[in-house]
Amino acid sequence: MIEVLIAVLTALLILVGAGFALVAAIGLTRLPDVYTRMHAASKAGTVGSGLMLLAVALHAGDLSTLARALAGFFFFVLTAPISAHLLAMAAHKRGYPLHEKSVRDELNDYRN
Amino acid sequence: MTTYILSLVFAVIWVAVTGSATLHNLIFGFALSTLSLWIVREQMSARGYWRRMGRILSLLVLFFKELALSAWKVAVLVMNPRMDLKPGIFAYPLTVDRDFEITLLANLITLTPGTLSVDVSEDRRTLFVHAIDCSDVEAVKRDIAAGFERKIMEAFR
Repeated sequence: MIEVLIAVLTALLILVGAGFALVAAIGLTRLPDVYTRMHAASKAGTVGSGLMLLAVALHAGDLSTLARALAGFFFFVLTAPISAHLLAMAAHKRGYPLHEKSVRDELNDYRN
Repeated sequence: MTTYILSLVFAVIWVAVTGSATLHNLIFGFALSTLSLWIVREQMSARGYWRRMGRILSLLVLFFKELALSAWKVAVLVMNPRMDLKPGIFAYPLTVDRDFEITLLANLITLTPGTLSVDVSEDRRTLFVHAIDCSDVEAVKRDIAAGFERKIMEAFR
């Protein structure tokens, strides 16, 4: 009984995680500029990978795997925003324009 | 703050030394290092350790809630056939002033719904945040100030 429950939960976590990873990928192609794309990559990507790591931990069913999976998730959460932030900052420093629909750019006002 | 980093570092060292990378062992190592740091508390003047622990946990809970919500919002936005975007970069006046707190706040902002930190001004007073929906900037600013920034102040001061 408990095995079935764990199997179902693992499958669910993998499906939802893969779904978020897919959404992140679609977002990367559909969103109009580098800044909005970073939103999709940093958020949906992190959650997708995190859920799949959790599924691995649950499937393995031992604590040392769980500890490492949690450490992996922790480092995702730690590094994803930093890389998104660095990419956005580098793009802005190079003068990559915001999408034309953008309503304001106070960083540009500050720089000039 | 140093006490937590120390506890965590000690716990990791404990795991490495005992050679069993289990969660139990890590928690045990953390408890052990907390206990030893508590014994030398007079020398370290680490008062309010437990009270702060609660506040850090509450910051963590808020963070995971916001992270789940933000992934969901991005999913809804991306799957929407006609994307209605009003993106932009706004300036957020910082109340926190220590490097560590600014870094933490910037990271938390990036992982929450619709916002992404882009840059910090040189005088460390303003954080530039890219938002996917800039139609009501004042509300976003209020949310950050009343949510993460307040909790960071409570947890680390």
